[in-house]
Amino acid sequence: MNNEYIKQRLIEHFGDGASHFEEPYEMLTFETPKDSNLKVLQFLFDDPELRFQFLTDLTAVHYPNQKGRELAVVYHLHNLVDNIRIRFKVFTDIEKPEIFTATKIYSSANWMERETYDFYGIIFVGHPNLKRILNVDEMNYFPMRKEYPLEDQTRIDKDDAMFGR
Amino acid sequence: MTEQHIKLPEGSIEKATTTLNLGPTHPATHGVFQNILELDGERIVSAEQTVGYIHRAFEKIAERRPLYQITPLTDRLNYCSSPINNMGWHLVCEKLLRIKTPKRVDYMRVIIMELARISDHLICTSVVGVDSGAFTGFLYVMQYRELIYEIYEEICGSRLTTNMGRIGGFERNFNSIVFEKLEKFLREYPAVLREFENLFTRNRIFMDRTIGTGGISADRALNYGFTGPNLRATGVDYDVRVHSPYSSYEDFDFEIPVGKTGDNYDRFLVRNQEMWQSLKIIEQAYKKVQAFKGADAEIYHADVPEYFLPKKSDVYTKMEALIWHFKIVMGETEIPPGEVYHSVEGGNGELGFYLITDGGRAPYRLHFRRPCFIYYQAYSELTKGGMLSDAVITMSSLNLIAGEMDA
Repeated sequence: MNNEYIKQRLIEHFGDGASHFEEPYEMLTFETPKDSNLKVLQFLFDDPELRFQFLTDLTAVHYPNQKGRELAVVYHLHNLVDNIRIRFKVFTDIEKPEIFTATKIYSSANWMERETYDFYGIIFVGHPNLKRILNVDEMNYFPMRKEYPLEDQTRIDKDDAMFGR
Repeated sequence: MTEQHIKLPEGSIEKATTTLNLGPTHPATHGVFQNILELDGERIVSAEQTVGYIHRAFEKIAERRPLYQITPLTDRLNYCSSPINNMGWHLVCEKLLRIKTPKRVDYMRVIIMELARISDHLICTSVVGVDSGAFTGFLYVMQYRELIYEIYEEICGSRLTTNMGRIGGFERNFNSIVFEKLEKFLREYPAVLREFENLFTRNRIFMDRTIGTGGISADRALNYGFTGPNLRATGVDYDVRVHSPYSSYEDFDFEIPVGKTGDNYDRFLVRNQEMWQSLKIIEQAYKKVQAFKGADAEIYHADVPEYFLPKKSDVYTKMEALIWHFKIVMGETEIPPGEVYHSVEGGNGELGFYLITDGGRAPYRLHFRRPCFIYYQAYSELTKGGMLSDAVITMSSLNLIAGEMDA
C-alpha cells in the first residue's frame, strides 16, 4: 500500500469530498469538507485495507487571511499494520467553528479536542465534556489564535524606560 | 461495581460516596496534577483528572522564536529525559531543512538518547517501588542517574534541562572524560540494575500489589492513543525506533520487549527490559563511535553554516563565520516554508513534533504530540473499581510527567 493507492481509494469513495492532495515530506495530506470529517474518519478506520485505526495527533492551525476558512483542524492518522501515516485537514469558518467530534471513533480524541477547543475555540459538536483543559476556566478568549501576538520586541508604544525597552 | 460498601440509613441526605482530592500537590502524584476521586470506602467509583497547573504556552512562544531558541523549550517537556526531546527537535528541523547528518553524529545521538531513556525508566520503575512501600531500590538506581547526569554535564554543561546539541549535530565533540564516564556507567550499572530487579521482580509483596491492577487491553490502549512502554506492556510491539527509524537506529541490533496484560507489573517489567536493551544499544553505538579514527573522529556536526554556530575563534578572525554567527544569533535566517511531522521514541512513547513554516524566521505553528497528555485520559478507566492504593501505583507506573502533559 502506498500514498497513490490511498488517494485512489479516497477519490473513488468520496469523489470531490477529498481534495487538495499533497505529499509534503512523503506524508499524504488532503482536505475534506467540514461536514464530512466523521465520514472520512470512519471510512479510514473501518476499511479492511486502509485500517487507519490509530489517531496520532489532532490539532488546529489559524490562518487569519483565508476568509471563510480561517481555522484548520489537522488529524494525523497512523496505520500500524502497514506502518503508513496520513494527514488530513478540515477547514472551518471562524464565525461558526463547528466540527463533529471524533470521540466516538477514538477515545484519545477526547482531550486532544478539548485542547484544540481551549486554544482555538473550535466547537466539537457531540463532544461529551467540551471544556477548557490547560487554561483556566474563566478565560474568555482563545490564546493560540493569531490575533493575540506575543509581545513584539520592536514596539515603542510602551513606557518602560526603567527596563531598557 | 455491584455492591455499595457504605450503607446509609433510610432517608439520609448524605452522599454515599466520598470525594477525595488527590493532588495538585501530593507526594503520590510526583508532579503537579490533580485527581478528583469519588470513593466508596476504599474503592474508586470514578476519577476525574485536572491538568494544566504548569502550562507555559510553549507552542505560542515558539511562534516567535528562531529554531535554535526552541530547543530549551523542549527540555521542559519530559524533564526526566530532556536530551531525547532536544534530539527530537533537532531531527524535526533537519527533516524540514533536508540536512543529512554524518553517521558519527547519529551514533553519538543514539548514545545520549539511550542514556536518557535509562534515566527516565529508572525513575519510573524505582518510584513504582517507592509507592508500593519499598524505598531501597530507588536509592540504588538513583546513584546511577547521577552518573548519567554527569555525562550530560560533561557534554553540554547542564544536567536536568540540557539544551543539548544543535541543528546538524553537537555543539562540541565529546571529550575523553565523557567516554571515561560512559565506560564506568556501562561497567557498573548492569550489576545495580540486576540487584534492583532481584529486589522487585519476584518479590511476593510487590507482585501481589502490581499484578492485575491498572490493566488495560491492547484494543483499548490503542484506542486511547497509548504509545511507548505503556502500549508495549499490553502486547503491541510498536516502537518508533523500529517502525520509522531515525538517527540510524536501523544499524543497531535490539529487541522490543512486550508484555501481555498491560497491568502495573507488565509496565514495570517492560521498562526494566528496555533498560537492558538500551544498554545493549549504547555498547554497540560506543563501539561504532570508537571505530572512527583520525579526521573522522573529529566530526561532530553536519556542514550547515546557516544553522550551526561557527567556532568562536573563527568568528573573531573570519568574515564568513562572523556573518553566520550574527545571522544565527539574531535569528535572521529565513526558514524555508514547509509542513513536517516527525516523531521520536521518547521515554513515555511517541513524542511528535508537527511543524509548519511559512518562510519567516520562526515557525508558523508548532505542535507537540505529548504521549503523557494523551494516555493520561485513560486513568479513569484504568482505576475504576480498584483500590485507592492501587490507583497510586497505577499513576506512577504510567510515568506521568507534569511538564510533558501541560506543555
